[in-house]
Amino acid sequence: MTVKYTKDHEWVRVEGDVGTVGVSDFAQHQLGDVVFVELPDVGRTLEKGKEAAVVESVKAASDVFAPVSGEVIEVNHDLENEPARVNTGAQTEGWFFKLRLSNPSELDGLMDEAAYKAFVEESN
Amino acid sequence: MTEANAPLKTTPLHALHVELGARMVPFAGYDMPVQYPLGILKEHQHTREKAGLFDVSHMGQVRLTGGDPAAALETLVPGDIKGLARGRMRYTLFLNEQGGILDDLMVTNAGDHLFLVVNAACKEQDVAHLREKLAGKAEVELLDDLALLALQGPAAAGVLARFVPEAATMKFMSYLPATFNGVPVVLTRSGYTGEDGYEISCANADAETIVRALLAEPEVEAIGLGARDSLRLEAGLCLYGHDIDTTTTPVEGALEWTLPKRRRAEGGFPGFDIISRQLAEGASRRRVGVQPDGRQPAREHTEIQDADGNRIGEITSGGFGPTAGAPVAMGYVDGAHAAVGTPLTLLVRGKPVPARVAATPFVPQRYYRG
Repeated sequence: MTVKYTKDHEWVRVEGDVGTVGVSDFAQHQLGDVVFVELPDVGRTLEKGKEAAVVESVKAASDVFAPVSGEVIEVNHDLENEPARVNTGAQTEGWFFKLRLSNPSELDGLMDEAAYKAFVEESN
Repeated sequence: MTEANAPLKTTPLHALHVELGARMVPFAGYDMPVQYPLGILKEHQHTREKAGLFDVSHMGQVRLTGGDPAAALETLVPGDIKGLARGRMRYTLFLNEQGGILDDLMVTNAGDHLFLVVNAACKEQDVAHLREKLAGKAEVELLDDLALLALQGPAAAGVLARFVPEAATMKFMSYLPATFNGVPVVLTRSGYTGEDGYEISCANADAETIVRALLAEPEVEAIGLGARDSLRLEAGLCLYGHDIDTTTTPVEGALEWTLPKRRRAEGGFPGFDIISRQLAEGASRRRVGVQPDGRQPAREHTEIQDADGNRIGEITSGGFGPTAGAPVAMGYVDGAHAAVGTPLTLLVRGKPVPARVAATPFVPQRYYRG
């Protein structure tokens, strides 16, 4: 099981050919209180780097991009009623969706935990 | 207006905001706290439940003196200033010749002068406007040596009375010079949250001691501009530059209540002809409250459509109302679609979201009526 990060602050946790996607704890902190999440439809094919979901905080709306390409196989419906789960557990209960990876080699271009941490510190 | 690239100004409380862990953002040329570690949602709720303390020192405080400053000011605003009793205040608007709104402001009859509070982003131009139009009739002084605080919420009166006992019995929209821990202050019972509360004007040098004393009270939390915006939106209050500006008249802005009978009859303010016509015939568009269905906020510039998909207006302020527990917004629609309950469609990020025209405020105002 590996967790990889994008420069747009999404994470993807890979188990077999399934990736679980969410936004990083750093991202939820930057967003502030999340009040709405729009999730992709199950069955939709997502392309790496393209719009996949929307997260809205009290302050603003932000796009969530697909960290890797694939087909959406499950979404976290709990976020529809309790969007604040993104704040309380960005990298656990606040996951957005799961997808079946169509091109696992895309993972190679993403950052591991240590690289992401360095990236966040640098951009801060 | 402020130069985009000019260095940011600071209020006398800047170091304290940083010490409190605020996230600072540029606002109207100032480096201001948008939120503290509590976060916008909890800051908002805290203000509705107890008391929130805001630094609004970026706003312009102006003193108007002269032979008859009320008569002079009435040539620029449509409000009843001459009829304002000593120690009372009211909301009014600087208008241009087209009836457009140059700024909104609070005017207080302070006895020997008028005390004005204007928006931060407009204060330089407001002062220039006053000096040009009232030359020879009134002296205009921008009080840069003063800070301004707002203490808002149901616990505000109880808290402030521990320092200024006479604050408790002040009427809504009244003014009182007083002493806070030995320091001179000027209080008004007013605010921008829909809650009971006060604005406290004091010398820049005294601001920090007053804020520390108030923050030491158990009911009080520091509140940033983020919650200030969601609080005023739920209260149905306009944000200048968004909900009203030089292209909107008081009638289009649903601010007819700022046009008293005497001024409607006598005129003598800029844009009188246009405003009179709009009062008689209605305006082609009108500011309304908008309640989107569901949970997704509709932000500023969201397109508003009628049931047939025709564009009829735009959202001017929108977000999530923490107390309303739902998205809340305001915007302009054409005159035929302004009645409360009218179904609308909002194009939120390209997708149609059902909504309706809603009565404002979204959350009942709780001003102190004595």
